[in-house]
Amino acid sequence: MRYSIFSLLREALSGHRGWGPAWRDAAPKPEYDVIIVGGGGHGLATAHYLAKVHGITRVAVLEKGWIGSGNVGRNTTIIRSNYLLPGNNPFYELSMKLWEGLEQDLNYNAMVSQRGVLNLYHSDGQRDAYARRGNAMRMHGVDAELLDREAVRRMLPFLDFDGARFPIQGGLLQRRGGTVRHDAVAWGYARAASGRGVDIIQNCEVTGFQRDGDRIIGVETTRGAIRAKKVGLAVAGNSSTVARLAGLRLPIESHVLQAFVSEAIKPFIPGVITFGAGHFYISQSDKGGLVFGGDIDGYNSYAQRGNLPTVEDVCEGGMALMPALGRIRMLRSWGGIMDMSMDGSPIIDHTPLPGLYLNSGWCYGGFKATPASGWCFAHLLARDEPHATARAFRLDRFATGYLLDEKGSGAQPNLH
Amino acid sequence: MRIPCPFCGERDLTEFSYLGDAGYVRPDASGSDAAGRFVEAVYLRDNPSGLHAELWYHASGCRTWLRVTRDIRTHEIASAEYANPAVGK
Repeated sequence: MRYSIFSLLREALSGHRGWGPAWRDAAPKPEYDVIIVGGGGHGLATAHYLAKVHGITRVAVLEKGWIGSGNVGRNTTIIRSNYLLPGNNPFYELSMKLWEGLEQDLNYNAMVSQRGVLNLYHSDGQRDAYARRGNAMRMHGVDAELLDREAVRRMLPFLDFDGARFPIQGGLLQRRGGTVRHDAVAWGYARAASGRGVDIIQNCEVTGFQRDGDRIIGVETTRGAIRAKKVGLAVAGNSSTVARLAGLRLPIESHVLQAFVSEAIKPFIPGVITFGAGHFYISQSDKGGLVFGGDIDGYNSYAQRGNLPTVEDVCEGGMALMPALGRIRMLRSWGGIMDMSMDGSPIIDHTPLPGLYLNSGWCYGGFKATPASGWCFAHLLARDEPHATARAFRLDRFATGYLLDEKGSGAQPNLH
Repeated sequence: MRIPCPFCGERDLTEFSYLGDAGYVRPDASGSDAAGRFVEAVYLRDNPSGLHAELWYHASGCRTWLRVTRDIRTHEIASAEYANPAVGK
């Protein structure tokens, strides 16, 4: 059913008994053209664009649990394209443009809200770095505004501007940044892909790969063997574990990132704010809860939960930025597992094994990339060549030296 | 998470800093395949889902490097010993 004001009115008048499931819970067939392992945002987006842009509809998305049970439902919902490096910036801007048209494309309300992302600076050196970043963004056609202290004060009078150590001197604002309802992204892509014939198969864990020499020709799963011409991995958080089944070692460590939400309050924070003197970012959901987070815990983990020192560190950052936070009670915290790559940037590429393709290494920036990741991975799977904006995300860049180290911290994943 | 330092006893996570996988061995730079081996040593990781041998530095304690074996699915620590076997002898 197409969602519209008319379908809503029709259902309102008939007691809302006609709404069907948004997508089809499929059983595996013996063979597909493309299998995508991982029913998260990136995998479902890949399936949607394979079907819609490339006309490939014999596609299965295999999900170990239920769709959207991983990081697409665990992030802090922020979208932005304020990257510095030439290899990154056009990719994230492609993502932003896809976000801007997402709801019309999917016929699904994902609550895309361009409420602005403001990165605060607290020193002259940091202002210069943000001016450079803003200029790099504008040279790529991305919106960026450097605000001074008074402009920030007019927007966000409740911040602590005069802290002795980290006085706020201004901020770099991307007005087109904002937030998106993350679960709706998974459901919307699932519905759109399913509507074009893609099979979404849940409770189907990949346990091995079928090979013909080096070539990957299918997967073994908990629901039986499935053959495919091409297999794409979109299992960030568990990329190393799944790739190991094919005998591959990746430039990735898995780390836990925690996120937090407060009790719901009346509208307080208009956009997304990031603290420049520590790692802390915050926004307010449409339900009223303050959604915030900070650094990864910093050690390898597959536990999907973190430790208390990081909770304390994040809350200290929040209190330094906006002391009013101390009056609000924290409601929940949770953890997600990040593919921390060795240069802090993702991988969308062939693997050394023909027939096996890799989408991984999203660190803690995967959500904003969801549409472009799906778009570029679908392009790679359909045409066997990288998409123009994702050419820098090569798996072999660690050997060739063409690293994309946005932060400049080297091969130490817990510092990215 | 608390780490049982062999010198200081069980101490809080905040006293330690993390380096990563303890399996790093510096390759022989004079070998003919040195470039490939350095790429593997610097960039590739096993990243196992289970027991993981890793290096921690007890920065706010005895300032020794520890080799900790930890189940990274649960954060349960199986053992912690001096990274340099000569320490403590």
